[in-house]
Amino acid sequence: MFETLSDRLTSVFSSLRGKGRLSEEDINATAREIRLALLEADVALPVVRDFIARIKERSRGEEVSKALNPAQQVIKIVNEELIEILGGETRQIRYAKNPPTVIMLAGLQGAGKTTLAGKLAKWLSAQRNTPLLVAADLQRPNAVTQLQVVGERAGTPVFAPEPGNGVGDPVEVARRSIEFAERNNHNIVVIDTAGRLGVDTEMMQQAADIRDAVSPDEIIFVVDAMIGQDAVNTAQAFLDGVGYDAVALTKLDGDARGGAALSIRHITGRPIMFASTGEKLDDFDLFHPDRMASRILDMGDVLTLIEQAQRTFDEAEVQKMASTMASDEDFTLDDFLQQMMMVRKLGPIGNLLGMMPGMGQMREQIDNIDDKALDRLQAIIQSMTPGERSNPKMINGSRRLRIANGSGTQVSDVNNLVTRFFEAQKVMRKMKNGGMPGIPGMPGMGGGGGGGARKKAKAQQKKKGKQRSGNPMKARQQELERQQRRKEQQENAQPQLPPGFGGGKQPQLPPAFGGGGMPNMPDLSDFKLPEK
Amino acid sequence: MEIYLYAGLAIVLVLAAVGGFFLVRTRRSVAPGEEDTAPEVTRAPEPTAPQDREKDGGADLLPPAQAPPAQETAPAAPAEPELETPPPSAGRMVRLRARLARSQSALGQGLLNLLSSSSLDEDAWEEIEDTLITADIGVTSATQIVENLRTKVKVLGTRDRDEVRALLREELLAQIRTDADRGVRTAPHGDRPAVIMVVGVNGTGKTTTTGKLARVLVGDGRTVVLGAADTFRAAASEQLQTWGSRVGAPVVRKEEGADPASVAFDAVARGIADGVDTVIIDTAGRLHTKTGLMDELGKVKRVVEKKSRVDEVLLVLDATTGQNGLRQARVFAEVVNVTGIALTKLDGTAKGGIIVQVQRELGVPVKLVGLGEGPDDLAPFDPEVFVDAILG
Repeated sequence: MFETLSDRLTSVFSSLRGKGRLSEEDINATAREIRLALLEADVALPVVRDFIARIKERSRGEEVSKALNPAQQVIKIVNEELIEILGGETRQIRYAKNPPTVIMLAGLQGAGKTTLAGKLAKWLSAQRNTPLLVAADLQRPNAVTQLQVVGERAGTPVFAPEPGNGVGDPVEVARRSIEFAERNNHNIVVIDTAGRLGVDTEMMQQAADIRDAVSPDEIIFVVDAMIGQDAVNTAQAFLDGVGYDAVALTKLDGDARGGAALSIRHITGRPIMFASTGEKLDDFDLFHPDRMASRILDMGDVLTLIEQAQRTFDEAEVQKMASTMASDEDFTLDDFLQQMMMVRKLGPIGNLLGMMPGMGQMREQIDNIDDKALDRLQAIIQSMTPGERSNPKMINGSRRLRIANGSGTQVSDVNNLVTRFFEAQKVMRKMKNGGMPGIPGMPGMGGGGGGGARKKAKAQQKKKGKQRSGNPMKARQQELERQQRRKEQQENAQPQLPPGFGGGKQPQLPPAFGGGGMPNMPDLSDFKLPEK
Repeated sequence: MEIYLYAGLAIVLVLAAVGGFFLVRTRRSVAPGEEDTAPEVTRAPEPTAPQDREKDGGADLLPPAQAPPAQETAPAAPAEPELETPPPSAGRMVRLRARLARSQSALGQGLLNLLSSSSLDEDAWEEIEDTLITADIGVTSATQIVENLRTKVKVLGTRDRDEVRALLREELLAQIRTDADRGVRTAPHGDRPAVIMVVGVNGTGKTTTTGKLARVLVGDGRTVVLGAADTFRAAASEQLQTWGSRVGAPVVRKEEGADPASVAFDAVARGIADGVDTVIIDTAGRLHTKTGLMDELGKVKRVVEKKSRVDEVLLVLDATTGQNGLRQARVFAEVVNVTGIALTKLDGTAKGGIIVQVQRELGVPVKLVGLGEGPDDLAPFDPEVFVDAILG
């Protein structure tokens, strides 16, 4: 149903292998596919048109790079353009010279303003501000109560002089809130307004009145990431009616592709400042243009995956997991089982696979994946003897039959698992040995990881003494790496992802998985891991 | 920090392996004897005993005096509104027409201008398709509509504005599928009330729709009990309480964070005990990607079913929703077997074209439309009116 852009383009270009340059027809054929992909991601039509025009122009002039095939090249261009549009300058909140700084939230009904207000307040307090939430949504039944509860959870006082439910004047509430904030030393005021439609002139006037009454330093337009083509109209209507300085995207934890982000940015030129990614008050972050770009193109989201892991697992678990990667021992079925169980905690396997790049063409199969199948996998592994688990090579025909019987599965399932496992093992071995494939020696990986780093160093020393020491390249790399790590530990530098992770080649995944080469991963080269 | 990277890599790798396992497996299609178990099957939850906080007497099981009217009760033939507030459901169509005409005429106008221009060349057709896409109808549906229209225009050799318009109307109607039963089953059967569950993602207007629906029913002379099974969002049950008290419908609610299934169960139990006509259960908004929450929703329904059949599961879809609406509908349909769609916020500039795809793919009819924040801005969905309004 929803194909990824890369898959589409791959099919367009499949007949063009070996061409040195993109011809006009190629570009036109491509343009159609990009158009469809963007439209399916809910990017607004006028924006799509402009965008396609730019892509066409750039594609024409582009020299064909040797490293990338035409499809990849176009995707690279598209991705870069997307990031450029989405990114621009990163916006910080403009604080007023004379406190309080006033932040006003506006948006459609149900966009998530009240929830976002709470999140924003919490986020601001974490930066040593003393925010005040103002309940200026007097329209919706009990919006005031909701804000009060949210405020309580965020540990922020709420200014709510009016009961709401249609009673009271929001303009007056907003005005008085400023005085209240000044008296009570709140340096930031977050005003939650009622949801309104762009076409509702009366309500838009009210919003404008609130704005005029408090002259906010920032007006943030809150918009649902699931919004469709209407994003353009709404964004424009709010821009005309109230005006805003930045945009907050909500409900990004769903699977909407969020083309609206692109539309709004493109139409209004206002940057997207915040992304809200969940129901808890902490699920709130600054906006990452590069990830959004990948998301719009449905190119997988490894970073989100990693972050999710970071949120879900505690230190010890992660270390255990990492140690299997860093240790010198061969990857065994036990490790596999253990990691599988951990992965399972991250959520339904289908969702996780969906985050992997290049899974678009498998979407249908992914949709059919049932988590129950994981139980079967577990059963198969647990039906093996410890010996078999640590040395799967010994699993011969009769053992397979026994395992299948023991776990209530078919022999073919066992076969399949074992084959998959060997592939994974091979990759794992490759990663441990020559550094990662395409990740030369993982430079610049120092930083905070105390235990992990030590373990790794030890592993490498051992490794050096073993068969791999004959490789002079490797030895040199390790030397360099150690030096670098020492240096970096001193400087406590921000750890960087290895360039190879996104830049050049990718770790080779089992062939069955990518379906013939992984369409490029999102560019992670300038990604910084968040502070722990 | 580094260990996270390692862990990430490990996860990716394991996922790759596990994924490979599944995908290869599924591609090879069903292994005999091992069918994938439906996601519905989870441990059977034990309903908490129906201890009611809003003291209700108890077991007076008098069968409701009113004879149940015909099964289908789309608020079409309104009874006399005896309660003070809500007006009956008649006359809402006029409002619907007016609202839609305001919000959607741009689309209709644009299309008509295109269609009636003297030469329908490739560009014009493309533009028609684009216009449909702008209404969130979706690329596939838009392409199909344009294809069909094109064939018809070619066959009939029409250029006449009215004829083309009629063709377009026909085509849009065909897409919206007129034959589906759009009645909301609100009539009690025997001594049991009808049970309606309202589900949807966050912020689509579930609570508001629940309140409005209760109002319509009360206006039509029914008795209603509301169940505030949204125990998650702050002040959600207060919001419903406000709606309920406006029309004098009792609201069964519990403290925040209570088990939604038990609230729903209590609401139905209360409904049965009081002999009301309809029980409407408002559930918490949940993104369809959150499996845990979707399981919870499945549980709510199963628990309610221990007490009474669930007659209607209304999925509330926001008209502004884009292509994601289809995914939402698909997942919700899978988990709770959606029987109808309520399309809300149609009073804005959004066209709600996503319902075309949803109806086509799932065969679930749109039954209600929400047209604003006013307490009576809920109307039954009528495809003819809908399409006519689109065409201005």
